[in-house]
Amino acid sequence: MIEFEHVSFEYEKGKAVIDDMSFSIDKGESVGLIGANGAGKSTIMKLLLGLATGSGRISIDGTDVNSENLSKIRKKMGFVLQNSDNQMFMPTVYEDMMFAPLNYMVSREDAEKRVDAILKSLDLEELKYKYNHKISGGEKRMAAIATILAMEPEIILMDEPTSALDPYNRRIVINTIKGLEQTKIITSHDLDMILDTCERVILISKGKVIADGPADKILSDKELLEKHRMELPLGKQ
Amino acid sequence: MEKALAELGHMDEMAVMDSPVHHLNAGAKLLATVIYIIVVMSFDKYSLSGLVPMLLWPVFMYQMSGIHVSTCFYKLRIVLPLVMAVGLFNPIFDREIMFTIGGVGVSGGVISMITLMLKGVLCLMASFLLVATTPFDSICAALQRVHMPKMLVTLLLLTYRYVGVMTEELAVMTDAYHLRAPGQKGIQFSAWGSFLGQVLLRSMDRAQELYSSMLLRGYHQHFHYAPIKKFGSEDAIYLALSIAFFAAVKMINFGELLGSMFMR
Repeated sequence: MIEFEHVSFEYEKGKAVIDDMSFSIDKGESVGLIGANGAGKSTIMKLLLGLATGSGRISIDGTDVNSENLSKIRKKMGFVLQNSDNQMFMPTVYEDMMFAPLNYMVSREDAEKRVDAILKSLDLEELKYKYNHKISGGEKRMAAIATILAMEPEIILMDEPTSALDPYNRRIVINTIKGLEQTKIITSHDLDMILDTCERVILISKGKVIADGPADKILSDKELLEKHRMELPLGKQ
Repeated sequence: MEKALAELGHMDEMAVMDSPVHHLNAGAKLLATVIYIIVVMSFDKYSLSGLVPMLLWPVFMYQMSGIHVSTCFYKLRIVLPLVMAVGLFNPIFDREIMFTIGGVGVSGGVISMITLMLKGVLCLMASFLLVATTPFDSICAALQRVHMPKMLVTLLLLTYRYVGVMTEELAVMTDAYHLRAPGQKGIQFSAWGSFLGQVLLRSMDRAQELYSSMLLRGYHQHFHYAPIKKFGSEDAIYLALSIAFFAAVKMINFGELLGSMFMR
């Protein structure tokens, strides 16, 4: 369970990016974090991952997110970055996928088995030994998801997982996300994707939770969405 | 820039080609390269005839690796002129005539200049051969095995990766510049400062994000390199033959020997 209790954060003094925010996410939930640019979505991710520290309490399964517990917390979470180029830094997909398991002291043999199983489940076996600089944007995004799954995380955080993808690759990514059983937190402006993959939506604006509830209900509220610089998803128009 | 990026990628691909040299143990190749460079550098500045046979080792290894020697010169085309520039002033300062060819005196400065240039080229050829036939991770693993400080090895690996990130950012910015400066050749001098500043800031941002991505995947200042091939009998033979060749060239001046045979 993820708990945000009265969390505040500011990059500049007096300019709160996250303002006394509280919410909780249960195990296995799939939650979409939506909001206009600068609403604070990415900062929430950073706070959860311990990449930024604010006031208040953030805990995961009862363990506080703080410098002492960082490795324990991060082992549970996988973060898919918006720009896959910034995530895939090893020469090949295989080496990138091996990176996290080896860091977490999984034996090379077991890590290889894990990598093979994940590639097979995502139907990406042909990417295994491909060079990261030679695969397409869609393949790279799928490979980035695969590298995170190789960690066997309990929680998956995704920042704009469908950005800059063509419709075909977007659909592949959406179907993959839908098939993941872990707790998922997805930030995106692609509200159709959120509607497709998340059962719950948290609407953020100016660092505050404006609405929190079933995705279908919030993403059908035209007035609410437009008030916070968003539009109804195409599927609801 | 796109070409530079492709070339960087090509280096990684070359390193995993299939040849007897590629299959050698990374540590053995590293050691042979280091010894080769030391031996090359140990030659006296006038010992051109002694140094020339050292060229045989990289040329032979290039042949064995299936990589054309011209690939090395092409990839190192930016560094080579700098290496060639070493000793350029020697002919001015050292004018003592050492011997004459067809009545034309050859000064010590000319000999030492050519020797220095050759030394640079040979060292570059050997270093390139190592990088082109060994994945960079394996070189780092070998360096760690010979107890080079972990921090230095990690720094080396990250620098290698960072070059790609910086080149990518440079490519994006150069394209953006040229699209708004049609017909302009290169980047105007007045824009150099801000351009370089932006490249640095952008690549630092990206490097920061990459580093975060590493931390989030359990990185703790230690890279788990893929296991390198164990040191086998073929590596021992390669190393022994290489060292024997270096020693022979160092001890016997084959150039002079050959010359004296013809002079008789």
